[in-house]
Amino acid sequence: MKPCKLLLLVIALAVRLAHAGPQIEHWQTTSAARVFFVENHALPMLDIEVDFVAGTAHEGEGRAGVAALTRELIELGVAGMDETQIASRLADVGARLSGGVDRDRASLLLRTLSMADKRGPALAVLRAIVSTPQFPVVVFDREKARSLAALKEALTRPETLASRALWSAMYRSHPYGQQATPESLTALQRADVLAFHAANYSAARATLAIVGDLSRAQAEALAEELTAALPSAPAVSEIVVPALPAASEQRLAHPALQAHLLIGLPALKRGDPDFFPLLVGNYSLGGGGFVSRLMKEVREQRGLAYSVHSAFLPLAQLGPFQIGLQTRKAQVDEALQLTRAVLSGFLEQGSGDAELRAAKENLIGSFPLRLDSNRKILDNVALIGFYQLPLDYLDHYPENIARVTVAEVKAAFQRHVRLEHLATVIVGGE
Amino acid sequence: MPAQIPDIPKFYQKRFMPMRQARLFPLLLALLAPLSGLAETFERRLANGLRIIVKEDHRAPTVAHMVWYGAGSMDETNGRTGVAHVLEHMMFKGTPTAGAGEFSRRVAAAGGRDNAFTSRDYTAYFQQVPKQQLSEMMQLEADRMRHLTLDASEFVQELKVVMEERRLRTDDRPQSLLFEQLTAVAFQTHPYRVPIIGWMNDLENLTPADAREWYDRWYAPNNAYVVVVGDVDHQAVFQLAEQHYSVVEARQLPVRKPQDEPPQAGIRRLRVKAPAELPVLMMAYKAPVIRDVEHDVDPYALEMLAAVLAGHDAARFSKHLVRQQRLAVEATASYDSTARGPGIFYLYGSPSAGKTAAELEAGLRAEVADVQQHGVAADELTRAKAQLIAGEIYKLDSMFAQAMEIGQLESVGIPYALNRRILDKLQAVTAEQIQAVAVTYFRDQQLTVAELEPQALPQAPPQRSPSAARH
Repeated sequence: MKPCKLLLLVIALAVRLAHAGPQIEHWQTTSAARVFFVENHALPMLDIEVDFVAGTAHEGEGRAGVAALTRELIELGVAGMDETQIASRLADVGARLSGGVDRDRASLLLRTLSMADKRGPALAVLRAIVSTPQFPVVVFDREKARSLAALKEALTRPETLASRALWSAMYRSHPYGQQATPESLTALQRADVLAFHAANYSAARATLAIVGDLSRAQAEALAEELTAALPSAPAVSEIVVPALPAASEQRLAHPALQAHLLIGLPALKRGDPDFFPLLVGNYSLGGGGFVSRLMKEVREQRGLAYSVHSAFLPLAQLGPFQIGLQTRKAQVDEALQLTRAVLSGFLEQGSGDAELRAAKENLIGSFPLRLDSNRKILDNVALIGFYQLPLDYLDHYPENIARVTVAEVKAAFQRHVRLEHLATVIVGGE
Repeated sequence: MPAQIPDIPKFYQKRFMPMRQARLFPLLLALLAPLSGLAETFERRLANGLRIIVKEDHRAPTVAHMVWYGAGSMDETNGRTGVAHVLEHMMFKGTPTAGAGEFSRRVAAAGGRDNAFTSRDYTAYFQQVPKQQLSEMMQLEADRMRHLTLDASEFVQELKVVMEERRLRTDDRPQSLLFEQLTAVAFQTHPYRVPIIGWMNDLENLTPADAREWYDRWYAPNNAYVVVVGDVDHQAVFQLAEQHYSVVEARQLPVRKPQDEPPQAGIRRLRVKAPAELPVLMMAYKAPVIRDVEHDVDPYALEMLAAVLAGHDAARFSKHLVRQQRLAVEATASYDSTARGPGIFYLYGSPSAGKTAAELEAGLRAEVADVQQHGVAADELTRAKAQLIAGEIYKLDSMFAQAMEIGQLESVGIPYALNRRILDKLQAVTAEQIQAVAVTYFRDQQLTVAELEPQALPQAPPQRSPSAARH
């Protein structure tokens, strides 16, 4: 190997260690939207995610369902193009539009080929969708009816009933507890959608994540163009801190063969310094696939369930910690007792040394798998942008995990997962 | 929040992992030409018959490693349905050198993710790992290819898990139940009639000896192939494979009987009652699949027909049935041109409130009749082809998806190298050919219709108001 080549290799290695994650470029558009860009020319394609602070937590009382309906309708009619023309134009260039809403955000994702003759038309459609949505009356009526049908169908499913009951028990009247009902959906008017759109789909509430085959200059132009004509900007509204509920237990009847068991509480917000100890600890408790305590006790040793998991879902405000499983009706009480015993055991002891080591091995070792496609990079970058995490969040991710100690895991779990606030829901038990 | 469309289970997995249904849309050469190093696969056959297929993708320092066995639920016999899938679960229960749970523990320690899936046609195992760990993954897979312990008490525990999986994914899911019944009626002799996860009564009576027999019969290197996609050098992969897999000896494989389905002689109808709100209608037309890549025509035309009917939001079903007529909350079409067994072209959906399944059936039939009588427009076909090409590029973003595509094509006996020809054939499909297949295969004689009859929940849960109950 020639010396200069060797030198290059050493430099490349050092650069790689310093930047474990992708190089994220960040700026603001003149319209005040925040942009996060990763340049990557390996494939002739481009992914764009536009996130608005427009999730269900921002619906306001009595408007449950308006966030999802607005997101649904925004791509079904713009100035000069009806829903069929929009879908046809995207299909003509092979572009795909997807997205949805969660508690905090409403998302639009566009995947397109990056050649100018494909990219151009696809981006023009996206720009029209965010700039001039029309929410046509006929489309509103139809989509409202479809949403109502889908909701009524979902309300027959034990997993939906369990999840809804848990969120209600965890958050009660807090915005995170608000969920669409057939009544709230029926009451929604087109004016509610227009108002929700005007108040929430503004540049000031928007983040753009762009990943793929584009230069920085092109990305800047794209971001400017995309956000130039968004509704003008009301300030970002803060979600209040949820109060922790008293422990509760709720049982709902259902004819399914299996009972669905969920337990949880409001636990963690994005950016909390306890994130890494909780992530590492939860791997050992119930996050780490086949090697977690819950999986071993509930599935491997007793065959009580096919799937059992525990997870933190950090949000802008305290998001839930949750454990879930499904088991044959007759044994749900056994499963509940066992799950509670595993959880309280973990809260008392925390992770053992061997567990901590195994968790770190996997979480650090698998880090490259979190970033080995444009789609995965996009997910990460969009999250960093939306929740205003540090730009070097991914670069320091492995070392933040490596640093976690047994004592930190135990202390963090005791701070965030307190049994006196735990809500329990069983749907379909005997 | 669109209505949930019927979920047609294609795999049963060791661990729950939602996966988008993979469809066969092979690579387009013209667009891939500039992507050097991405399009090529390399193949080698070991002396024991195991084939190694490698695709290099150097975008990230990771690798997908898969072992595919040429045995799925269609190879099962009466009374032992579900054994292919139960054995797949047992493959994680240890060998003399790596005890129960050790396999997943070592994959996790290597920073990897692992799982497995069983289909009608094959059983496959995979790990996604940082590239340095490929050798250890091969060592683990080679070990369980021949030395599975199949401990009786582990078997009893795991069988309970599988029965919970069946309750979760079939018995308590009305649409899965409907699909299971539809399949059992559409096929009366071909083993595709049997659900992949097995009938509950067969599971209840399955023994460790059944699993052992299955393992000894099918788990041999000459009935398997390894697919590796990732940041690797193919020659180095061949060497590793030689090192780990060549110690496993080839064995005599049983003769497979074709069990061809006799021609259907008239329309078949069935109904399933289950707790639900919306009726669901599924129409299943018998259809051919690719047997001769070069000379077949119809399977390619059927793929393009499915794309014209339901390939995107402006396709015919969505445009006409959902949006214009408001007959359905969801309506779609599905067809897979590759399978070891016989093919089916599905049309399915849920009627809107106030509409019946019979009205939706009439609407779906009218759409088919329109193609039969008037064919499809040039721009519809162009659009379907544009989608197909873009989809091929997008697939390159995922090493896992690339490995799946290779594995699935090989599982039906089509060498992956032929996917270029398949693409040529798809690109060459004409409007006339689409009209011709609509006429040939969409006949009542080849049709089975299944309808889900929703049943109100016996006891409305407290948070539902009376007005939401079904009338």
